[in-house]
Amino acid sequence: MRPVNPASRGSLLEVEDLSVVFRQRGRADVRAVDGVSFSVSPGETVGLVGESGCGKSVTSLAIMGLLPKRGVRVEGGVSFDGTDLLSLPPDKLRLLRGRDLAIVFQDPMTSLNPVVPIGTQVTEVLTRHRGLSNGEAREEAADLLRRVGIPDPSRRLREYPHQLSGGMRQRALIAAALACRPRLLIADEPTTALDVTIQAQILELLKTLVAESGTALILITHDLGVVAGTCDTVHVMYGGRIVERAPRHELFAEPRHPYTGGLLASVPRLDQPRGVRLQPIEGSPRDVIPWARGCAFAPRCPNRVEECTPVAPELLGDRHGLRCVNPLRSDQPATKAVPR
Amino acid sequence: MLRFVVRRLALLVPILVGLSILLFLWVRALPGGPAEALLGERATPEAVERVQRLYGLDRPWYEQYLRWVGNVLRGDLGVSTRTQHPVLEELLRTFPATVELALTAMIFAVGVGVPLGYFAARRHGTWLDHASVAGSLFGITIPVFFLGYMLKFAFAEKLGILPTAGRQDPLMDAEHPTGFYVLDGLVTGNPEAALDALAHLILPGIALGTIPLAIVVRITRASVLDVLHEDYVRTAEAKGLRPATIRGRHVLRNALLPVVTIVGLQVGLLLGGAVLTETVFAFPGFGKFMADSITARDYAVLQGFILFTAVIFVLVNLLVDIAYGLIDPRVRTA
Repeated sequence: MRPVNPASRGSLLEVEDLSVVFRQRGRADVRAVDGVSFSVSPGETVGLVGESGCGKSVTSLAIMGLLPKRGVRVEGGVSFDGTDLLSLPPDKLRLLRGRDLAIVFQDPMTSLNPVVPIGTQVTEVLTRHRGLSNGEAREEAADLLRRVGIPDPSRRLREYPHQLSGGMRQRALIAAALACRPRLLIADEPTTALDVTIQAQILELLKTLVAESGTALILITHDLGVVAGTCDTVHVMYGGRIVERAPRHELFAEPRHPYTGGLLASVPRLDQPRGVRLQPIEGSPRDVIPWARGCAFAPRCPNRVEECTPVAPELLGDRHGLRCVNPLRSDQPATKAVPR
Repeated sequence: MLRFVVRRLALLVPILVGLSILLFLWVRALPGGPAEALLGERATPEAVERVQRLYGLDRPWYEQYLRWVGNVLRGDLGVSTRTQHPVLEELLRTFPATVELALTAMIFAVGVGVPLGYFAARRHGTWLDHASVAGSLFGITIPVFFLGYMLKFAFAEKLGILPTAGRQDPLMDAEHPTGFYVLDGLVTGNPEAALDALAHLILPGIALGTIPLAIVVRITRASVLDVLHEDYVRTAEAKGLRPATIRGRHVLRNALLPVVTIVGLQVGLLLGGAVLTETVFAFPGFGKFMADSITARDYAVLQGFILFTAVIFVLVNLLVDIAYGLIDPRVRTA
């Protein structure tokens, strides 16, 4: 087991001013990720939070080098343990992926190959990266399935994805991702496609495994409830940029960005009196104006002031970063959205 | 699995009964009859009547039908009015030729079509992709007989490297115990004869395989394009697997499912004979024999051959379904 002390080590992953631009013929470029910087220390769990289309998944695909080559421009730097992943030749990157860097995707129903037995889909990582023989890999795979809580693993290894439930499939995918004890695991909405009862189990499993192996984790989610129980640091993204970053407790106790406040207010709480309506964030990111003309959240923001446009605010602050000229005050009640 | 096979084979019975009745009526609906065809200019009413009585054609059709079914069940398909040989003998002589030809055509279509379709999809939107789409359109539209003559002209007459007609060099000393000439050459220890038979298959195989090739290219290309966007391919990429593993295990294995279906249908069709190709290359196969039998109103041959084709078609489709189950586990348990 590796030592787990983020403070004593340098960062494992360094994302520096990352931008991803999708280009389509006959249409304007879409800047899905716009100058995102963050770092992950060994063993740390980092949350990347935001609603659909905010660029969090694209960020993870860019880190893994899984974006299509054509029609996509990736700029900035992604450095993993001192290696620049963006300029790494494809065959070198293939050696890192699956061994040191792993990812678990959102939908376990479609992320497993339907015509290949579960066993092969776990062992193929082991034979590829750890040079195990087929027999050794099968034993190891059975062990992995047991560790992720799949009963009767040797039978399951012979089965096909359609014979497993959604939760079981996600466990199998997690087993494959953790097979080579990666140093960084990206979990991209790992529980979104699952039943609520299974969601908690999978999160708990991820937490345990990550803690046991000292793997750093980037947890991508739109669900602040998921972040609350797991992450050390949280980055809130909106319109392709990070709008607020803070240690988890601080973010929940004192959200400063109106968007973060809105996200928190839209989560149902057990201690709320009955009959109180959830607070939605008005509008949708469809209305987002580009950051080029000021703050992208301004049209939906309850705290909007004149200074929000035409110059987009910078991300300021070291420990608690904030991209807002008129943040929530500590006495301000959790958001009241502007009527539209 | 066994139950599935038995059920499918049982389905053959109603198919064959229905088909044989239709068939029986259809060949008799053709203008003229075997007697007229046989007698030609000498077809006086008296002569026609005599020949019809000889073959039992003067009886009502249902009586003829029942007698024919009875004979078929005893393994007797009757005698050809044109060649005077038993129909079964003609079948066993011409069918192996067509099997060899059809297999050659399909090996060509699949062997060239799957890689071409795969690379077209991988290089989606490039010149290779466009060329394969345009080429397959060309392949579908070009008439087989024209292509056949072009191939003969180029490879046989101009270059002189391949034979133009038949299944075997007539001067070659070769025995044919099975009727499959390539196989015959091998089992009789005559590799030269096997190679010669193979050489005779190349040009007709290409001519016959061009349309299936075009279809296979298109289906493979479309299917690979679909599969490349599947999440599980992204998962495989995320595992850092070798490109060859991703290609074989994760892309092609899924992408070839629709190709298997198409290939099965095409094989079924090709086994029914390829009149044009067999005619252009003077290839003594099933299709050409049947076409000649239609001209001669050779009822017994038509009935026997078409019935046989139906059985083959059903069997080939059964094989395809079994193969499908082997590749796709979801079908197996369903």
